Amino acid sequence: MAMKIPFYALFALLIPLAHAQQPVAPDVLVKSITEEVVAILKQDKDIQAGDTKKAADLIETKIVPHFNFNRMTRIAMGRNWRLASPEQQKVLAEEFKTLLVRTYSTALSNYRDQQIDYKPLRAKPEDTEVSVRSEVKQSGSSQPVAIDYEMEKTPNGWKVYDVKVGGVSLVTTYRDTFASEIRERGVDGLIKSLAAKNRQPERSKGGKA
Amino acid sequence: MARAKRLCAALLLAGTLAGCATSGGNPADPLEPLNRAVFRFNDAVDGAVIKPVAKGYRSVVPGILRTGISNFFSNLEDVWISVNDVLQGKFQRGFEDFTRVLFNSTFGIAGVFDFASDLGLQKHNEDFGQTLGWWGVGSGAYLVLPILGPSTVRDGFGLVLDTQADLVFRIDGVPVHNTLYATRGISNRANLLDASSVIEQAALDKYTFVREAWLQRRRNLVHDGDPPREREEPDDEPTK
Repeated sequence: MAMKIPFYALFALLIPLAHAQQPVAPDVLVKSITEEVVAILKQDKDIQAGDTKKAADLIETKIVPHFNFNRMTRIAMGRNWRLASPEQQKVLAEEFKTLLVRTYSTALSNYRDQQIDYKPLRAKPEDTEVSVRSEVKQSGSSQPVAIDYEMEKTPNGWKVYDVKVGGVSLVTTYRDTFASEIRERGVDGLIKSLAAKNRQPERSKGGKA
Repeated sequence: MARAKRLCAALLLAGTLAGCATSGGNPADPLEPLNRAVFRFNDAVDGAVIKPVAKGYRSVVPGILRTGISNFFSNLEDVWISVNDVLQGKFQRGFEDFTRVLFNSTFGIAGVFDFASDLGLQKHNEDFGQTLGWWGVGSGAYLVLPILGPSTVRDGFGLVLDTQADLVFRIDGVPVHNTLYATRGISNRANLLDASSVIEQAALDKYTFVREAWLQRRRNLVHDGDPPREREEPDDEPTK
């Protein structure tokens, strides 16, 4: 039976190995994912009309695999991370991920024709942490918005652990909210707040539902 | 001038109060209870009046016209931006921003078209609060100003000068003056409609979310997009 396995199937086994040895450069990765997602957005009338569910599916399949949500949650928790048990840490990372994905899908459903420029990567080949810088030109405003992706090298390729929009870190912006929730209601209180927020109906395009 | 004096007095008072108030959460926000009250007021006014009008404006006025209106006000701003560049010793930028005004006011027909950006003269973001920050003035306590929104003691003082230097403020004739003010306000709010819907979705507590985002944004602007790195994970340890 073993003889019937086609020869080329062996290459399929080699591909993951090759991938692990030679990860795609971080700037190339960000650019290719963004271009792929933008191409889908431009065609998808549902997402343009404010279908955040469909936008969330797009994010789940195309974007989520390239993010390190565990580290994002750790940064947002700061010194409180140690107060949480391993079980709580797992739930926190899961809830925070859901919140970020939902936020991102709201942003995507607002997407209109925007031009994205990438700045040259300032990094040495041996660097394990880099920022990939881009600028988004919006219609109606002459000042472009800077979007920076903070990335780390892992055995599974480069992963994003923070996104900065106009210098504002998506992750550290949550730090004070998390700290005050924990101060008032403990780690479980924070988990409850996150879960409650994630159960709320998603906001439709352009503001209050 | 009377208005400027009143704002100054209010800011001084806020600064003094900040000195004796006990801090609950963020040390940058000793006036949190007062700020929260003003924030709630602003949010209510925004929800009841400003946002609906901005939405109406966006649905009625065609995109091309909205961009033109936005550009017109942006061109007027560039004059004061170039002055602030020079005040910070950034002469190259000051020259670029002044050239923007010259180009856009003439070829861009009173600023309606942003020709300069197409020519590669990028718009910069400066105001007097940033100039003070550039020279090392700390931001002081976080303040939420009525209607105007998030600020700090330093940026509030900056705003007094920004208002004096505002070309729209200089225009005589109350009806014209007020119409321009209102149009600019609505145009700015309309440009922020998408951003505010993202904040609504993102924030667990909108007040703290906006405060943190605002303080980071100002710090980033003072350093022209390249602030010194902060430690991101205090007490962090490698995890498996």
